Amino acid sequence: MSPLTLRQALVRRRYLLGAWPWRAALYLLSGALAGAALLVCVLLLAVVGGALAVVLVGLPLLLMLALVGIPVAAAERRRLRMVGPIPLGDPHRAPERAGLAAWLRTRLQEQATWREFGYALLFAGVLWPLEALLVGGVLAVCGGLLATPAVMAAVTGGEEVRVLKLYLADSYPQAFAAALLGLVLLPLLAYPLGWAAVARAALTRALLPSAPDGRDARIEELGRSRMRLVDAFEAERRRIERDLHDGAQQRLVALSMTLGLARLESPAEPLGGLLARAHEEAGEALVEIRELIRGIHPRVLTDRGLAAAVEDVADRSAVPVEVDLDLPERLPQPVEAAVYFALCEALANVARHSGASRAWVTGRDDGGRLTVEVRDDGAGGAATTGGTGLQGITDRLSVLDGRLLLSSPPGGPTVLRLDVPRVPAHLVE
Amino acid sequence: MLRVVLAEDSVLLREGLVGLLERFGHRVAAAVGTAGELTAAVAEHAPDIVVTDVRMPPGFSDEGLRAAVALRETRPRLPVLVLSQYVQRAYAEELLDSGDGEGVGYLLKERVGKVEEFVDALQRVAEGGTVVDPEVVRQLLRHRRDPLSRLTAREREVLALMAEGRSNASVAEALTVSEGTVSKHFGSILTKLDLSLTDATNRRVLAVLAYLRK
Repeated sequence: MSPLTLRQALVRRRYLLGAWPWRAALYLLSGALAGAALLVCVLLLAVVGGALAVVLVGLPLLLMLALVGIPVAAAERRRLRMVGPIPLGDPHRAPERAGLAAWLRTRLQEQATWREFGYALLFAGVLWPLEALLVGGVLAVCGGLLATPAVMAAVTGGEEVRVLKLYLADSYPQAFAAALLGLVLLPLLAYPLGWAAVARAALTRALLPSAPDGRDARIEELGRSRMRLVDAFEAERRRIERDLHDGAQQRLVALSMTLGLARLESPAEPLGGLLARAHEEAGEALVEIRELIRGIHPRVLTDRGLAAAVEDVADRSAVPVEVDLDLPERLPQPVEAAVYFALCEALANVARHSGASRAWVTGRDDGGRLTVEVRDDGAGGAATTGGTGLQGITDRLSVLDGRLLLSSPPGGPTVLRLDVPRVPAHLVE
Repeated sequence: MLRVVLAEDSVLLREGLVGLLERFGHRVAAAVGTAGELTAAVAEHAPDIVVTDVRMPPGFSDEGLRAAVALRETRPRLPVLVLSQYVQRAYAEELLDSGDGEGVGYLLKERVGKVEEFVDALQRVAEGGTVVDPEVVRQLLRHRRDPLSRLTAREREVLALMAEGRSNASVAEALTVSEGTVSKHFGSILTKLDLSLTDATNRRVLAVLAYLRK
């Protein structure tokens, strides 16, 4: 895998062979040039603006000076791409209204603007000279050494030349030896140059304000996409339920009815017996398809909401379940579905593993969060891991920023509490 | 002969049900496909009984049930038989609460396959009886464990069949026991559930259901 960033490249063996040393040099060189230009701009704006402030013409110039950090920071963020693809997010908010006045007000009120201003001053005053010194030094040393034979030939006609103004070379072998030294130094200096560029980029990242962007934005997007997936999954279940209900189930009812009518004609054997068998089988198929549909997505959940659907599950539970859900309003569909299936799993576990003789489901919606508790008088010892299906509940709830708390000491009782925001952060509209 | 208004959005089933009802000598005054049309057809034809599906256009939710409950509010004496592809206790309760629970039926749609039983249930509802699908009764029985735990398995079976609106004779036939045995069972059920004995089958069903729903 090829390295993505300069920092990764620096620790690889093939660093010198790729474009990375040149990118590092370009990063520092462009920084030095931009910094010098910035210093001129800042000084001009400060001096001219300050001088003209008394006649008011200078005030816009001083305002521009205050805002100089914004374009500088934008350029710096772009320049970071030279050393790696990880973006640094733009921290500025979009103005509430269109127009220059609204834009100015928004920008001047933002902390980010002033941090960027500070960075611009540091850049203009301190950083660029250092960059210039570094990149200039490397270029001057290597370039000077490499150019020795050429300079010797051009300037003195091959008699003598001062190498780096330090050492007097008076023959071509000496000049070529200097050039060779330059050739050797070049790759060696490429390393400190690279690390300097990495350090400079890290400084930019540390000093410039960043949007809740970069990694945060990706986490945000992950949350949203996870929600969309669950939502699509849920929509698909509802569609399958509808298709089965409107299609196969209706046809089976019609078939069963036709067979029932056919039997009324009391046909002779063996037809009568065969019809009776076909009729019975159609009846069994109807029971199966009804159970199947309920498992996919119960209609009562869509029509009547969580409380009615949970009562329905409780009615069918092998262990007697008392339900007390105080939910004055319908909840968003994903919340209802997640909590419903979580409770189904929890009640199934009660019946399967706990050995309980009773269970209680209580819950309330306090406007902000929905809290539901499933309690049983069983043997306890349940865990969220180990394939009891509780892991699935946890995953499903976590998509909705919900939590699952389980208390199940050996000897019981087991209490399972789910807790979901009424309106999850990533809810798909 | 009953004059029936039928509401069912699946054409296949609607045609089938019309054929079935006519086969047993009833007359279908109107067969419609939406809840709105149902209300209009009832106003127009003043039928002896309404047979309706729960899930119908436009929302494909529980329009049929809501229309039935609304019809019972304006005409408490109108017998209504609701068919559904799935049973929900909540739906049964809404229906039983409409009017005084007399002349209502709530059955799984697949029960129409047993054509004779279905037509029998239709007749009972038209006569003011109460018919509740055995599935619903089973849910209610499972739900109310405590007092019912006092009942024997046989008594529960009898209770479930009674809740379907069957007479003692019909229960006896279903369980292949004598009628006397059934009435003995039922007497002990009522004693165990602290319910008083009245003569009408329907009253008994309502009493039991009312008790179960408490």
